Amino acid sequence: MSDSNGVSFSKEELERYSRHLIIPDFNIEGQRKLKSAKVLVVGTGGLGSPLLLYLTAAGVGTIGIVDFDVVDETNLQRQVLFTVDDVGKPKSEVAKRRLSALNPNVNLIVHNTQLTSENALDIIKDYDVVADGTDNFPTRYLVNDACVLLDKVNVYASIFRFEGQASVFNYKDKEGKLGPNYRDLFPTPPPPGLVPSCAEGGVIGVLPGILGSLQANEVIKVIAGVGEPLSGRLFLFDALTFETRTLKVHRDPENPLNGKNPSQTGLIDYDQFCGIENGNKSGIKTKEISVGELQELRQNDADFQLIDVREPYEYEIAKIDGKLIPLGEIEGHVNEIASDKQVVVHCRSGVRSAKAIKLLEKKYGFTNLYNLKGGILAYADEVDTSLAKY
Amino acid sequence: MAKIIIPTPLRKFTENQSNVELNGETIQGSIQELAGKFPAIEKHLFDDDGKIRSFVRIYLGDEDIKQLDNENTKVENDSVISIIPAIAGGIL
Repeated sequence: MSDSNGVSFSKEELERYSRHLIIPDFNIEGQRKLKSAKVLVVGTGGLGSPLLLYLTAAGVGTIGIVDFDVVDETNLQRQVLFTVDDVGKPKSEVAKRRLSALNPNVNLIVHNTQLTSENALDIIKDYDVVADGTDNFPTRYLVNDACVLLDKVNVYASIFRFEGQASVFNYKDKEGKLGPNYRDLFPTPPPPGLVPSCAEGGVIGVLPGILGSLQANEVIKVIAGVGEPLSGRLFLFDALTFETRTLKVHRDPENPLNGKNPSQTGLIDYDQFCGIENGNKSGIKTKEISVGELQELRQNDADFQLIDVREPYEYEIAKIDGKLIPLGEIEGHVNEIASDKQVVVHCRSGVRSAKAIKLLEKKYGFTNLYNLKGGILAYADEVDTSLAKY
Repeated sequence: MAKIIIPTPLRKFTENQSNVELNGETIQGSIQELAGKFPAIEKHLFDDDGKIRSFVRIYLGDEDIKQLDNENTKVENDSVISIIPAIAGGIL
């Protein structure tokens, strides 16, 4: 942790942080530690929004913001950093402007880039603590591995629909004992397509607010050295049932980074590690058709069948008049799928339709199925802009 | 009867039930019973060799079964078994 000796505060800062300063166990010492600390927040989305707002408000001295994305309409349901006026603008820049207005005493550093195996060590090395607010397995393993290699604490949270997980990884306690990291909990990620993807998942908007706030609290505890950080423990929250559990997490001697026989000394190709090849998120190879080609088929009244494997509630949001057979029910409707002409299968982004095609080819011998590349999202982008994107 | 808590991503295989009561005397027996009731869940928990997948953890109470007796860990009547899957984020 950065040295907090010699850190001083202006009158305005003393007033701003007064509710911290009068907590006996926190006081001006805790505030000095916050001011001298450097925290990197990876992702400015659902988790990153509350993380950044609270860490900035709390007076963390230096905050790094990593995001390469731009704000879009679907973000606003949970990403409370952003407003309607920000749609289309780079998230990290908008975040910086919003946070500067909240607390001008904080030094905000923008990394308007995707965290990759090439730049992660260079970006993370200058910070004391990393808060992982990312949304995909490759980046989670990348952040974890970089933190272990650089000896940084990784404050973790993850969400899915109504369920959240949080933990503090790679934390050294006061006796110098190192806690577990993400690879001790989950040595390898699920192969693409096995667990429901994020696109199928969705998330209730308040949940990242809850988990991101818990993360911010853990970051502050780690920096100030107060309380018991959530190290060696995994917190689980089910927002539907309001059940919480806190489970033990142990270091694994087989951990390739810092187990008994470490085999990994640097960063690796995390897309490959997670089974994602050439940006194909489903990891499944199928015959494909572009949205432009589909549009031609439709305009020419070609003899083909269009199957939509999404759920009825998605069909309500946007449709291109395909026959609706949700992926989970497809085996009960095999006889409704044509085998004597071209069949185009689509979903939201192309992952579920690839799964459907693989199943139908393997189990039922279909050879006439084409996956709509990019799904209805690509169709909405390139062909019919009146369709709602979700 | 022991209770097994089903995580959100796997509830679509358990008719949306968030927990299921089981009679098994060990973790192995309980999970086999679960897979017997809901066959589609099996491939999400076990690999082709019948081993628990490396992106899923099984807990008895607050302890990882790897710290106990793995799949042979005894299950009591009031035990709570948790299946903990890796989740990456709900946003894409």
